[in-house]
Amino acid sequence: MSRSNASFDWTTIFIYFLLVGFGWANIYSASSAQSSQDFFEFNQIYSKQGLWIVLSVILIVILLSIEAKFYQRFSSVIYAISLVSLAGLFIFGSTIAGQTAWYQIGPVSIQPAEFAKAATALAVAKYLSGIQTDIRDFKHQMGVFVIIALPMILVLLQPDAGSALIYFSFAFALYREGLHFAYLLLGFFAASLFVATLAFGPIWVIAGIVLIAILVYLKNLKRRPNIIKYLFFAGVAVGFSLSVNYVFENVFKQHHRDRFNIVLGKEVDARGIGYNTNQSEIAIGSGGWFGKGWTEGTQTKGHFVPEQHTDYIFSTVGEEWGFVGSVFILALFIVLLLRLIYLSERQRSTFNRVYGYSVVGILFIHFMVNIGMVIGIFPTVGIPLPFLSYGGSGLWAFTILLFIFIKLDADRMAH
Amino acid sequence: MRKLLLYIIIITTGIAFLARLFYLQIMDESFSVRSQDNAIEIVYDYPQRGYIYDRNDSLMVSNQPSYDVMAIPRNLKPFDTTEFCEILSIEPNELAKRLDKAKIYSPLLPSVIIPQLTKAEYAILQEKMRKYEGFYIQKRSLRDYQVDHSANVLGYIAQVNQQIINDNPYYISGDLIGRSGVEKTYEELLRGEKGVKYIQKDRFNRDIGSYKDGIYDTLPTKGKDINITIDAELQAYGEKLMENKRGGIVAIEPGTGEILSMITAPSYDPSLLVGRKRSPNYTKLYYDSIARPLYDRGLLAEYPPGSPFKAVNALIALQENVVDTTDSFQCNHGYSYGRGRRMGCHAHRSPLAMVDGIAQSCNAYFANVYRKVIEKYPTPQEGMNTWHDHLESFGFGQYLGNDLSTGRPGKIPDADYYNKIYNYPTYKWYSTATLSNAIGQGEVLMTPIQLANMTATIANHGWYYTPHILKKIEGDPIKEERFTVKNHTTIDPENFKPVVEGMHKVYKSGTASRMQIPDIEIAGKTGTAENFTRIDGKRVQLTDHSIFVAFAPVENPKIALAVFVENGYWGSRYAGKIASLMIEKYIKREITRTDLEDWILSHSLEDEYAKPLSGEPFIINQ
Repeated sequence: MSRSNASFDWTTIFIYFLLVGFGWANIYSASSAQSSQDFFEFNQIYSKQGLWIVLSVILIVILLSIEAKFYQRFSSVIYAISLVSLAGLFIFGSTIAGQTAWYQIGPVSIQPAEFAKAATALAVAKYLSGIQTDIRDFKHQMGVFVIIALPMILVLLQPDAGSALIYFSFAFALYREGLHFAYLLLGFFAASLFVATLAFGPIWVIAGIVLIAILVYLKNLKRRPNIIKYLFFAGVAVGFSLSVNYVFENVFKQHHRDRFNIVLGKEVDARGIGYNTNQSEIAIGSGGWFGKGWTEGTQTKGHFVPEQHTDYIFSTVGEEWGFVGSVFILALFIVLLLRLIYLSERQRSTFNRVYGYSVVGILFIHFMVNIGMVIGIFPTVGIPLPFLSYGGSGLWAFTILLFIFIKLDADRMAH
Repeated sequence: MRKLLLYIIIITTGIAFLARLFYLQIMDESFSVRSQDNAIEIVYDYPQRGYIYDRNDSLMVSNQPSYDVMAIPRNLKPFDTTEFCEILSIEPNELAKRLDKAKIYSPLLPSVIIPQLTKAEYAILQEKMRKYEGFYIQKRSLRDYQVDHSANVLGYIAQVNQQIINDNPYYISGDLIGRSGVEKTYEELLRGEKGVKYIQKDRFNRDIGSYKDGIYDTLPTKGKDINITIDAELQAYGEKLMENKRGGIVAIEPGTGEILSMITAPSYDPSLLVGRKRSPNYTKLYYDSIARPLYDRGLLAEYPPGSPFKAVNALIALQENVVDTTDSFQCNHGYSYGRGRRMGCHAHRSPLAMVDGIAQSCNAYFANVYRKVIEKYPTPQEGMNTWHDHLESFGFGQYLGNDLSTGRPGKIPDADYYNKIYNYPTYKWYSTATLSNAIGQGEVLMTPIQLANMTATIANHGWYYTPHILKKIEGDPIKEERFTVKNHTTIDPENFKPVVEGMHKVYKSGTASRMQIPDIEIAGKTGTAENFTRIDGKRVQLTDHSIFVAFAPVENPKIALAVFVENGYWGSRYAGKIASLMIEKYIKREITRTDLEDWILSHSLEDEYAKPLSGEPFIINQ
């Protein structure tokens, strides 16, 4: 063994098992009723997931047995293998529902995009932990952006926009390491402008930009502001808003537009594209304080929420366990995320810290986008809820992601 | 700051999610409703409605199966409209109209699209039903009438309307409910309880088993069979006698308050209001504003009671000790009072005391007696109220508290009433102003059932049971307190003797002497009531109403009844004959006075009823 004198963080491990166990109970509920009715679905979804969970325990033992140094030393190799596996999809992958995202090996299908997140996290951590690397340096910024962008683009080409979105989560790790706040701010403004343009139309947004520019300019008048600078920023903002409008109307497909419109409250079509969100809200909303009880959810039994055992698993939680159960899951996630930040901060090595922050970022974006979507305050983006959603690749990928960090944390004194 | 940012974002997200979940799960309750709507289907199983028997266990109403085509608009799929319309002989645009209406009512709840299929339609449709997704056939039970009379007694059942659905959660669209008569009053006994099954549906609206393993499911409970107090044979006979006449008969068993007959004329065959022909038939009956067959004259018609009312005035006078049975009064073809005002009377010997006053129906006698009652007290107001209170104890001027689906209170005036019309105290009024009350005219109004109940009360010498129509539930006699506790009048029993004697004498030697029935001692009282209508805004007098009350036998009475024949002229002309025949029918079960029967059956009053409608001038009381 190494010179490790710290032990594993049992709090994190405990929360992990709570989430996985609770997830399995809900997958059981969401998939058991339909098995006899709907033979387009696999017959024993819950037993398959049970098997994956058991295998995860073995996986965890392996992950924690491997020397911590291994992950840092071989991160580039792991990253390279991951990129190759993503690229290989275009030759060997099988296409399901329009996405070329799976390798079919016998009865098992593997989704390399899930594993690529952990590999990218290792690669980013490795790159930023280099002695010469300084994230404030433009050259190194470009370097890390390329590391992140490569898998992101490959995933986007599958096409799996949801999984690609996750790669933005590295921004948190980069910011922690010193990336200028302006990048985050820029991203935030861009996102706000994007949403505002869709919600209110470009006319109002442009009017707003101009008004804000004039107000700020007048406020700073004494300091003799450079009018060109103001015109430039306002012009960029206006241009962005107009291009958003153009992209939305001309580049996006109808189903993309619909997804945004539903969340923005512009369109109510409970039968068509809004069906998922609507059914999901009904299921959660009918749960009340304490829910209808495990396997007693009428919406769950009636299989009203499509994809309920995968991306919409939280709607089963809401219906069968009610407000109390939903808040319990929220609390578990938030405690887990805060705990992981705390763990990251106590790392001595940059590698460990960057990796830790990457784990937090990845889990957080999944958590936010998935639950936001299921409770109807975020557009429909098909990404799973970590540890709870059905899917072997997903469960294993999140397990690997998390337990590498637990191993790194346990070994932190080695440095 | 760099360390804090992520903490802040995570916690903010958590709070936002918490708020949203609180809104969805706790504040907005509509989600539960919508969840019920799309995941649980409620299927009803309708029980048989209870049978209705008469007092002698003869079956009056049973059931026949009926099949309604129902639709749940949300589940409808495109279907072969032409074939569907052909099977059910319905116009395609009529079908479209009904489907639209169903959708407006509720896309999720079933609506009746085509009610009450014929057996042939049902047979054909049942084969093809699976082709019409969203439609199904609901079995119900409809009434099957074993009698062609008693329509007003039995009432009818009809589909519930929106009002009923809103007021009573038991009913859903398409359900049947008793809308009048016994069907209405005893709806809850007769209907039973429908069974309910909660079925869990999946998103393709397929059954996936019962909800919560059926713990909320119930089986239907059959409606209770009841016996009503009506004597079906007597009822049928009465309706026959009343053919071609208008009016009402109510017959009561004095010893129990049970209603033996409740006849209104004209009436209709109850089978007319069953099945798909119900709607056009009902419309026809409803819009017959001249004959008004849906109007129950026995319960609703408030007539001036006329001379039978003299009997109670005699009772009040005895109770108030203002006359005794030997006091007699002069009658000079009438009674003069006030400034040259006069109440006429017919020819009879004079003077008369109480028994003969009743037997001869002397107006002058009762004018004197009535004045003595009112004038006994220092003010006419006190006298009037005393008189009113005695009458109230007979149940007049109020709903009787019976178990019939409809009724009217009638009218007994009191001091306040006259104070108002004479504008007291600016103007004063005296007993003479209300003198018409002495002979049952004027401001007094009564329904035939009140008149019948009055007769029963006299037959009982001072008490009555609240008249009622329910006799047994599932073979057990009813024990309801309001029908098994005697109502006592304010008149002492011994005061009834001379009045009953007078009424007996009406038959023996008085105004109904020609209507005697061998071996039955009858007490009765004729009545003749003036009445008016409006033609082109003018008040026009019509031929008098013929009224008769009677009970028999005088000792130990079995039946008391009131007969009212509109525009039948004097009391014994129509009403008296009908009353006698009814009594004989009930007591002897056969008619010996066939001459009387023949006369009644062969005489019609249709010509009389046509007079005011003819637009021509006409003569009355001929």
